[in-house]
Amino acid sequence: MSTLVSHPISAADRSGIGPRRGRGSSMRTWRWSDRLLLLAAWAAGLTLCAIAAAIVLYMGYRGIQYLSPELIFSRPQASLTQAGSGGFLDPLLGTMLLTVIGVAIAAPLAICSALWIVEYGRPNWLARVVESGIEIVAGTPDIVIAFFGLAIFQLHLLSFASETAEGGGVTGRSFLAAGAMMSLIALPPIFVTVRDGLQTVPSHMREAAFALGKTRIATIRRVLLPGVRSNIATGVTLGVSRIIADTAIVIVLLGSTLRISPQPGGAPVLGVLKGLGSTLTSYIYENSPAGEGGAPQKAYAAAFVLMLFVLALNLVVERISRAQARSSGFVTAVEGIV
Amino acid sequence: MSEFQQLSQAPPPSTRGTRPRAHTLRAHTPHADDPPEHATLSTSPFGTDHVPPVRTIVLDRPPEPVRPPEQREALRPVAGAAGPERLRLEDVSVSYGGASTLGRRGANAVRSVSLSIHQGEVLALIGPSGCGKTTLLRTLNRLTELTPGARRGGQILLDGEDVHDLEDTALRARVAMVFQQPNPFPMSIFDNVAFALREQSRRRPRRPELEPLVVDALRRAGLYDEVADDLHRPALRLSGGQQQRLCIARAIAPRPEVLLMDEPCSALDPISTGVIEELIHELRRDLAVVIVTHNLAQARRVADKVAFMYLGDLVEYGTADQVFEEPRAPRTRDYVRGAFG
Repeated sequence: MSTLVSHPISAADRSGIGPRRGRGSSMRTWRWSDRLLLLAAWAAGLTLCAIAAAIVLYMGYRGIQYLSPELIFSRPQASLTQAGSGGFLDPLLGTMLLTVIGVAIAAPLAICSALWIVEYGRPNWLARVVESGIEIVAGTPDIVIAFFGLAIFQLHLLSFASETAEGGGVTGRSFLAAGAMMSLIALPPIFVTVRDGLQTVPSHMREAAFALGKTRIATIRRVLLPGVRSNIATGVTLGVSRIIADTAIVIVLLGSTLRISPQPGGAPVLGVLKGLGSTLTSYIYENSPAGEGGAPQKAYAAAFVLMLFVLALNLVVERISRAQARSSGFVTAVEGIV
Repeated sequence: MSEFQQLSQAPPPSTRGTRPRAHTLRAHTPHADDPPEHATLSTSPFGTDHVPPVRTIVLDRPPEPVRPPEQREALRPVAGAAGPERLRLEDVSVSYGGASTLGRRGANAVRSVSLSIHQGEVLALIGPSGCGKTTLLRTLNRLTELTPGARRGGQILLDGEDVHDLEDTALRARVAMVFQQPNPFPMSIFDNVAFALREQSRRRPRRPELEPLVVDALRRAGLYDEVADDLHRPALRLSGGQQQRLCIARAIAPRPEVLLMDEPCSALDPISTGVIEELIHELRRDLAVVIVTHNLAQARRVADKVAFMYLGDLVEYGTADQVFEEPRAPRTRDYVRGAFG
């Protein structure tokens, strides 16, 4: 091997052109700790892959085993036998309803606060307070948010938003209450992605708009918001996946009625919003051995559907960010001239 | 290529010598009376045979300047050919930062600059880095106000009105700006230009009403022939030089009176630079142009008047010939000869 040194080096090698890669350092010269770290890194990565694959495969196997169309399209029934207790149409609809309510509240809030932080953000101390406020919300466990929500919506002031008992007592539980608290779960990811998107918009883009005689708000509306569209989409998708995966808020604020049960005597839509119901997550909980149902087959089927949702959302996020990297974003505007 | 060579190598005597003709033309033509009438170059009231040669641009190959740089050098007009005064600066000073830095020398980025800028002429601001050229330029349309802590003294008059009394958005539509980096918005070519036109009028003009204005602006910026086939493709797909001309089109679309250019060619290759320099020549008939440049050769090629700044002071101001050939201040002489900067 030592004769290698005396070999004439071709021009291609010297200039670094050509398919041959240069010789890397041999692992034999490495310290033991370095070798161990490399080994640990590989092992950790592969283990996580294996765990993820195990979850997907096991849930897929169980799901396909137990899932049937009538489970998806039939409502849960109160019954003593498993054969008579129906499917999970209501939890499915409940998940969708809760997602819509949560995102409808969270998206405008998150986008506007990101805009304020990045584009205005004055006075500085207030901006810092707002940002750490959102960080606190992001770091609060969902069960805490759920109990906080229960406390709030039990106030008589907010009795319009939740189911009222016959004697006039406010339960503090409803789709509206759960959706409002869900929006707190969805808000941080939307806020962070939109804020980061706005921060990557180069400042000369804003200056260009100002120099054309545009106001700051016109610049935001016509240049910045269209520019961060894909960030908004990514953030909303992440928020949606947080909402559909959450259990604690549902159990505390939506109750454990598996069927969607509108507030008696209410208007058709408002009655549902004020009423109780369930989601896929609470359905899984109730039917699992931990809950009262003790119907693990149905829990598996619902879990499979839930997992498909989450996987699909992950795929969407991936797609959006890849399309963003490919399409003509702000980054390309800079690269284009260099 | 062949057209270009024919034009530059063996032009008929009548189309050569554009500069003297442009000069005489300027001498007996009313200038700024009615800019909107100059809809396009070809319908200029000067008549087609008086118009300086328009670039011939053919698709599928890079645009070429009509005249190579050596000839462009000879294009500079003679002093005194300018039109009415557009901007007048009186004792303009700009400082950045809080009170703590005020006591130090050099806290003023620009100190007591007085100038006047006329339609029909190109004023080049030259000077070493950090001398306040760009600050001065950005003060003219009050963009410096966006920098926290920036303060301005003195007066800037746009057609006799103090710019301080104008609404900033209205001012910036009249004093347009092109930046160092081409910065088209991530939308279509059409929308880029239309954006400049749209929200200026309260009622949103519709697309058919905007179309002729957009086309006109693109034509004046010499970009229309290259993009005419598809105005709705993304602006960011254009080349760097095309993007910069799009930015110029966007800036001149609302028919401003003054065009500020902050090193508009420093991010471009020589061919695109040549195209833009040509464009500046043509634009100045309707506009007053102020250009900041580090490139002395470029200042020599495009400018009618030159202002040399050093450490925030206006050291010398005069016609390009005078500043480059017989500079009065020793510092200017050193700078234009390349002794420093």
